[in-house]
Amino acid sequence: MQPSVKKRAVQELVIIAEIPKEEYLKKCTSACAGCSSSLSLRYVLKAAGHDTVLVVPACCTSVIQGIYPHTAMNVPVYNVAFAAAAACASGMTEAFQAMGKKTHVIVYAGDGGTLDIGIQSMSGAFERGTDFLYICYDNEAYGNTGMQRSGATPLGAKTTTTPTGKTVEKKDIDAIAAAHHLAYMATACSAYPQDIYKKVAKALTFRGPTFIHILAPCPPGWRYPTEKTIEMGKLAVKSGMWVLYERENGKLTISAPSKAAMRKPIPLEDYLKPQGRFKGIDAKSLEILKQHLAENLKKLAAEEEASA
Amino acid sequence: MFEIRIHSRGGQGGVTAARLLAMAALHDGKYATACPFYGAERRGAPVVSFVRIDDHPIRVYSQIRDPDLVIVLDASVMETVDVLNGLKKGGRVLINSAHKPDFAGFSTYNVDLTGIALKENLVVAGSPILNTPVLGALAKMGIVSADSAKSAIRGMFTDERNVKAAEAAYQEMSI
Amino acid sequence: MKEIATGNKAIAKAVKQALPAVVAAYPITPQTEIVETIADFVTSGQMKSRYIPVESEHSAMAACIGASITGVRTFTATSAHGLLYMHEMTNWAAGARLPIVMANVNRSLGPGWNIWAEHTDAMQERDTGWLQVYVSTVQEAYDTTLMAFRIAEHNDVLLPVMVNLDGFVLSHIMQPLDTVEPGDFIPPIHLPHAIDVNNPTGYGGLTGPDQHFRFKWDIERSMRDSEKVIAATEADFAKRFGRKYGPVEEYRCEDADVILIAMGTLGKEAEVAIDILRKEGIKAGSMRLRWFRPFPKLDLKGKEVVVIDRDYSFGYGGIVAHEIMAKCRCDVYSVIAGLGGQEVTYDDMAEFVRKRRIGQEFWFGVNDHV
Repeated sequence: MQPSVKKRAVQELVIIAEIPKEEYLKKCTSACAGCSSSLSLRYVLKAAGHDTVLVVPACCTSVIQGIYPHTAMNVPVYNVAFAAAAACASGMTEAFQAMGKKTHVIVYAGDGGTLDIGIQSMSGAFERGTDFLYICYDNEAYGNTGMQRSGATPLGAKTTTTPTGKTVEKKDIDAIAAAHHLAYMATACSAYPQDIYKKVAKALTFRGPTFIHILAPCPPGWRYPTEKTIEMGKLAVKSGMWVLYERENGKLTISAPSKAAMRKPIPLEDYLKPQGRFKGIDAKSLEILKQHLAENLKKLAAEEEASA
Repeated sequence: MFEIRIHSRGGQGGVTAARLLAMAALHDGKYATACPFYGAERRGAPVVSFVRIDDHPIRVYSQIRDPDLVIVLDASVMETVDVLNGLKKGGRVLINSAHKPDFAGFSTYNVDLTGIALKENLVVAGSPILNTPVLGALAKMGIVSADSAKSAIRGMFTDERNVKAAEAAYQEMSI
Repeated sequence: MKEIATGNKAIAKAVKQALPAVVAAYPITPQTEIVETIADFVTSGQMKSRYIPVESEHSAMAACIGASITGVRTFTATSAHGLLYMHEMTNWAAGARLPIVMANVNRSLGPGWNIWAEHTDAMQERDTGWLQVYVSTVQEAYDTTLMAFRIAEHNDVLLPVMVNLDGFVLSHIMQPLDTVEPGDFIPPIHLPHAIDVNNPTGYGGLTGPDQHFRFKWDIERSMRDSEKVIAATEADFAKRFGRKYGPVEEYRCEDADVILIAMGTLGKEAEVAIDILRKEGIKAGSMRLRWFRPFPKLDLKGKEVVVIDRDYSFGYGGIVAHEIMAKCRCDVYSVIAGLGGQEVTYDDMAEFVRKRRIGQEFWFGVNDHV
C-alpha cells in the first residue's frame, strides 16, 4: 500500500480516499459527547470490514452499543463477562478455524478489562499463540462504572477512588504484552484515526496474537470540555507522555507524530494542565512523571536504533 | 403522602434538588424519600427524580405514577418528555421560566431560576445552579418551610449565595 | 444525628464507625458509591483503615481473607457478577471461619447486561456458610451493618456475614438516617485462630476423607448457634439505640388468613398492599424475611401463603418459595416478580394476593392470572 501522505508536514491529515466509506458504527450510540472509544471503534471496524466479530467485555462499549432491542454496530458483537474477553475470543477463533472461516475475531476492551481483571485471560491467550487481535482502548480509569482508578491510571491522577491523586504509577501493559513475543503490537491514539486504521489493517494481516493499545481521552474521566478530545490526544503525543509506535516481529518503528515529538516535546504541563484530573498534582509526582517520560523516550529511541 | 416529580437534564443538579427537598422536609419534622430514576443516563439527557413527603415513614419504592407536583428545571425537556404525565387532577406545576406557560387544568407557577442564579453569579462549570433557588420557590408554595429550606441548603453548601438565590426566588415567585 | 443518605452511603458510614483495619474492594454498579465513599474517608484521614483497590472481586475476597486471618476486622462490597466472580473465595472465607462482613447490592445476572435489582446473585451464595440478611430501608442498612460485625466476630459464630440491599431501589434512594455513637456496641475483634508466629499453625491444608466432614459440621453448628447470637445482638441494639429488629418483620399477621412474604424493599412495600387488602375486608398480613441464612422459623400454620421471589432457580422454582415449602411443609402461591428491576407496585402485590392459587407458580408479566 503506497503511503498517500506526500509531505511530513501533513502527517496528521486524514486521507479520505484511502479509508473505506462504509460505516459499521451506526447512529444512536449511547456514547458521551467527545467519546474517544467510539471514534476509535469507527476506524477499527472500517479497517476490519464486514467479516468481523467484536468480543466486548464489561466496559463503556457494552453500553455504547445501545439497549435492547437496538444495537449501534453493524458487525456481530459478542458481549461477555469482565474477565473473560480474551478467553472467549480464544474459543471463538479456534471454532472459526475449525470451520475453515477467516472471520476476524477482535477483542475491544477497556483498560480495566485488560490491565486488571482481564490480564489473566489476555496473557493466556497470548501465550497460546491465539489468532486474534486484542485492542485495548485506554481512558485510564474504570469509565463505565464512574471513573474509579485502574492499573492504567497515571501517577497523580484523581479518580473517585484516588480522590487526592494516584500514588502509584501506571502499569506498563505494553511491556507485558511484548513479553509474550507477539508478531505485531502497536500503540495508537484516538486523535490519529488514520494511524489507527493503518495499524488495525496491518495487525489483521498477521497470524497469531496481535495487540493494539489506543489512548482514549475521556471528557468526564479526565475532566475537560467534550469538544477537546482530539486536542487532548494530540497533547498526549506531542508531550511524549504517549508514544505512537509499532513492533513487528520485535522490530520497533516509532510513528511519525511521536518521532516529531521526541525531537521537540512540548512541556508535560501543557498536557496535564487542561485536565481536571491532574489539578493540584504535587511537585514530586510531576517530577517522577517527567523523569520516567524522558527515560521512556530514551529507551524507545535506543530500541529503535538497535533493531534497525 | 405528597409526591413530587422533578424533570431536568443530566448534569443540572436535579438529583441534588431532590435531596435538598427531602432534607428540608426532614427539618420540617416530616419523613421524606428522594430517588433519581436511572434510565440511560448521559450528560445532557433528560432525567427524572422523585421525592415523596409524608408524616409517617414511607414504605413505597415503586415509581411515582400520579404526582401532586411536577417541577420542570429545564423547560427544553418538554420537547421530548410529557412532563404532565400522570399529574393528579388539581396538581401543580412549577417551572423554571420567566414566562408562565398554560397547562390547561393545572395550577402553574413559574419563576426564573436561571435568571436568579445568574444574577447571584451562582454558576459552576458554565451552568447556573438551579437546585438551591428552587427550594425558595417551593417554600413560597408551602411545600417546605422557609427556615427548613435554608437549613437544608446550609447543610450542603457553605456559599451563602445559595441561600440568597433561594430568598430571591421566594420573593420573585407570585402565588 | 439525623440526615438524608442513600443506602450505599449509610453502609459506608456504618463501616467507618466499625473501623475495619482493611477494606479490599472492586467497583461494580450499583455498589460504587460504597467503595468511593470509603476511599474518600480513608484518603481524607476520617477513617484509619487501609484501602486496597484490588484488580478483581476474586482478589477482593482473597485479600480480605489474607487480612482477616491476621486477626483484624475486614470489609468488602460487591454486586451480581462481582459476587459470582468471587464465589470460589466466598466459599473459602466461610470454610476458613473468617468474620468478614460484605455488603452485596443485589443486581441481576447477564447476559444481557442489566444493572437493576434482583436477588439471584445472593441466592447463589446460600450454600456457602455465609450468614445472609436482607435490608429494606436506609436506616436498616446502617443498623444491620453495625450489627453484622458483632455477629460475625462472636466466638460462637466466626462466620462471614452478607448484608443485601436492592440495587438502585435501596442503594440509591435517599431516606432519613439517624446515625449513632456505637460506643462499645461492637467489641474489639478477637480471632482465636489468628496467625501467631509464636504458635505456628498450618491453615487450610490437606484434610482426608476421614476428617473433612467434621469441618463442615463445625460450620453448620456455628450457623445454628448464630441464631441466638443474632437475637442477643438485635436485643442489645434495641436497648441501646431504640430500634428493634428480628429474623422476620411481621405486619398485621396476628389474625391474618393469608400471608404475603417477600424480601428486601418489596417486603416493605408489601405492607401498603396489606393495608389496601384489609380495607377490602381481606385479612392479609405480610412477612418480610430479613435473615435468610440461617433460615428463620416461620409460623404459617393454617394460613394461605403467597411468596414473591425476586430470584429463580431454573428447572426448579422460586428459591424462597421452595425453601419455605420445604421448611414449613406447606404449599404456597409462588409469584416470580421483580427480576432485572421489573417494576412491582403495592397494587400489583395486592392483586397477587387477590388472585392467589395455592400450589401454582405465576410469572408476573409473563403469565396471565387465569
